[in-house]
Amino acid sequence: MSKELKRVTLVVLLMFAALFASTSIIQYFQAGSLSADGRNSRSLYASYDQQRGPILAGGQPIAESVPSSDEYKYQRVYSNGPLYSQVTGYFTQGQGSTGIEQSLGKELAGTSDSQFLTRLNSIFTGKSPQGASVETTIDPNLQQVAWDALGDLQGAVVAIEPATGRILAMVSKPTYDPNLLAVHDGQQVLDTYNQLLAAPGDPLINRSIAGNLNPPGSTFKIVTSSAALQNAGIAATDSVPNLSRFPLPGSDNTVSNAGGGTCGGGDTVTLQTAFVLSCNIPMAEFGVKMGEKNLTDMAKAFGFGRELNIPMAVTPSSMDSGMGDAQLALSSFGQWNDRVTPLQVAMFSAAVANGGLLMTPTLIDSITAPDLTSIKSFSASEFARPLTTATSQTLSMFMTEAVSSGAATNAAISGVSVAGKTGTAENGSGDPYTLWFTGFAPTENPKVAVAVLVENGGGKGQSGTGNSLAAPIAKKVIEAVLGK
Amino acid sequence: MTAPRPGGNAGTPPRGIRRIRVPQKLRNLELFLVVFACGINAAAVALVQLGALGGIDLATMLTLGLGLSVLVLGMHVALRFVAPNADPFILPIATVVNGIGIAMIYRIDVSRNVSGWDSTAVRQVVWSGLAIVLALGVILLIRNYRVLQRYTYVAMFLAGILLLLPMLPGIGREVYGARVWIGIGPFSFQPGEIAKIFLAVFFAGYLVQRRDSLSMVGRKVLGIRFPRARDLGPILVLWALSMSVIVFQRDLGTALLYFGLFVVMLYVATGRTSWIVVGGGLFSLGAVIASQVLPYVNDRFTAWLDPFNQKRYEEIGGSYQLVQGLFGLGNGGLIGTGLGEGRPDITPLAQSDYIFASLGEELGLAGVFAVLALYLLFVARGLRISFAGHDDFGRLLGVGLSFVFALQCFIVIGGVTRVIPLTGLTTPFMAAGGSSLVANWIIAALLIRLSDTVRNQPRLVI
Repeated sequence: MSKELKRVTLVVLLMFAALFASTSIIQYFQAGSLSADGRNSRSLYASYDQQRGPILAGGQPIAESVPSSDEYKYQRVYSNGPLYSQVTGYFTQGQGSTGIEQSLGKELAGTSDSQFLTRLNSIFTGKSPQGASVETTIDPNLQQVAWDALGDLQGAVVAIEPATGRILAMVSKPTYDPNLLAVHDGQQVLDTYNQLLAAPGDPLINRSIAGNLNPPGSTFKIVTSSAALQNAGIAATDSVPNLSRFPLPGSDNTVSNAGGGTCGGGDTVTLQTAFVLSCNIPMAEFGVKMGEKNLTDMAKAFGFGRELNIPMAVTPSSMDSGMGDAQLALSSFGQWNDRVTPLQVAMFSAAVANGGLLMTPTLIDSITAPDLTSIKSFSASEFARPLTTATSQTLSMFMTEAVSSGAATNAAISGVSVAGKTGTAENGSGDPYTLWFTGFAPTENPKVAVAVLVENGGGKGQSGTGNSLAAPIAKKVIEAVLGK
Repeated sequence: MTAPRPGGNAGTPPRGIRRIRVPQKLRNLELFLVVFACGINAAAVALVQLGALGGIDLATMLTLGLGLSVLVLGMHVALRFVAPNADPFILPIATVVNGIGIAMIYRIDVSRNVSGWDSTAVRQVVWSGLAIVLALGVILLIRNYRVLQRYTYVAMFLAGILLLLPMLPGIGREVYGARVWIGIGPFSFQPGEIAKIFLAVFFAGYLVQRRDSLSMVGRKVLGIRFPRARDLGPILVLWALSMSVIVFQRDLGTALLYFGLFVVMLYVATGRTSWIVVGGGLFSLGAVIASQVLPYVNDRFTAWLDPFNQKRYEEIGGSYQLVQGLFGLGNGGLIGTGLGEGRPDITPLAQSDYIFASLGEELGLAGVFAVLALYLLFVARGLRISFAGHDDFGRLLGVGLSFVFALQCFIVIGGVTRVIPLTGLTTPFMAAGGSSLVANWIIAALLIRLSDTVRNQPRLVI
């Protein structure tokens, strides 16, 4: 009987070995994937039970976790929620998160790899782990000015420090209050979320870096002119025939200038005049003359089609390739299938302002652990060098003249030299225009580069222009930066 | 056994014997371990309170801790008189697992905000008390386990009645689809838990009588001697019984438990591997047919194979509970969230069928290993008794009781951790529920009695 007993003992040992193995697999090897499962409410509860780090602007919290009296330990609070909503994003129960809350979620929760030692320490000290704080580059005053300047218009404002790439203001309207999505009632969150999804103007979308994107219109002439000057060897004074109607090659359609006539007087028109007066026909002619490759190369150098995280993912701006001359003509003044984000348009100006060197845009100054040790601190980095110093100086001169005596006069500030370019893009016959302004100031020592987007014609259908609606908004932002 | 060495002192007993027969030492070791176990139990309750309530609630701690401690210490004192040579590990292991179970049940009570008689933990303490008193009764009543052999067929009869009780109209109750409960007024009981003890007694007695005819004759196929058709009677009856439990009581786990117990005891009694082959084949056949014919068995299998499938996760009778249990275990990780700091209450049946997942969440893999090691130690002590037993009835009973305990651990914990399909069985000593506690404490009592007899009568002369 002993032989049988030994075998039964072996079977018992095998059964327990299976249990030791299965628990090890689940609790050690699969723990990560189990906690990442979207249906795992424990991960969610855990995130509410621990003090998530704050998001700061100008040293003041714009998102923070404060002790809560309900079943969770902490409540996420967004002071001045709507103003910073597109920067912070939201952090919800069941509907995920967006913005910095999402892209720096691990750091805020204290679970990033670089916080491993902190976490280990908290296991042994018994203190609940605390998330890192994220200091943004946002200037609260400027953010407020941009918010007020945009008013009730549907659109976006982005302000960048050209020398560093730091994003000083980022506003997108319409928007929402993230506090409404931070409540601890799943059903309420879901209701609010669905309401926002269905709301007109897509308030949940940060249109300054994402969304459906807009045609850049004449702001794209910065790219076309840069390409002409730098890639195609065309000089600022080189000229093309000054027409009042330009028949699109291989098509019955024609292009006209915004004013309807020719571009200033004379039989020919220079690149400089075409830029300053924002004429479509000569720009189309220059575009066709230099060819598609020169144009798309320059667009790519400015960041088209390139991945960028600020730390939120920015939708890459785009344009067609393999176009015929007709499409290339339209694309040269920012129509056809050119699509851009306001951030990309601000990067046009930033590159020109910074002597042709484009710095990587970012929203983050530093990430600091609860014990004040630095986890990550920002240093300016080069994104691309689209322009030579010479080209940037020429473009800077073009843009300054456009504001002082050209098509962008509403951005002029007395006593300051402002550089800029407007855009009034068509969206299809009968549809409201998309209005733009981008520029920088002061010209001789740029402190800020701005892009303003006004969607839906600013409520004026096809009668508004970039100069009448977008330029004044940019002017207020520039004035605030320069302390005017 | 070691023989006295030539030239040794003929007056003293051989070394092996002298070492075994030191009851005083055994009982002192037991006392130390029992006190240690009670300390762990009190600490567990205190940790639950600190973790979930943020402070110590002394009154509740005394209610939950003192009753069990006093009764267990009482049992220890009784053992000093009635079973001085008993194994010193069985009582402490039962105590600490029972106590950790109470702490865990209390922890879920706290998150559900219930107290007093609504509290499952308080009822668990009362049941523990009753179970320990009954266990003591068993030890006092059965001074020599061999008398049990006389009641072989009485045990069969009682097991049959207990199994049939839930099917009786009036007192039978269906809980979560399984008809394995009886209820009188507010009290409910799972008679099948007790039935497994009577079955073990019956199998031991029956197999001692009949094993010759079950092992000696038969035809040899592929080197294994298979039994004659007429000797297949008993195993077919047991198979039919298990299948009817699956079909009528809708309880897969219990069926597997009974059948596994019988096959293993049959194998140990006859020494014939063919019984394992025949038994395993029969049960696999039954399980395959059941999974095709019975929707609830099929649900268990599909949920086991693909629990994370969204459709399975959402459907009734699907994998929701299984997946929540896995989430809980994963949340516990290596060292757990700490008692009172996790969210085990999210998982359905966190106090009973899923107490193991609750434990794994709050005590982590470390705690889970400790509890598994305690279970394994308990089974090992039982098997050790079986190895050391002098008569076949005692050895069979010992292996039967130990194996049924081990198999129950495997079925329920294996179900929770996806080793096998999930079936509703109780985690021994730990899960909320009186019948399981009573049954397991009686198993502990029988093992204590067996071990005392084994050590008391060393097999020196044949």
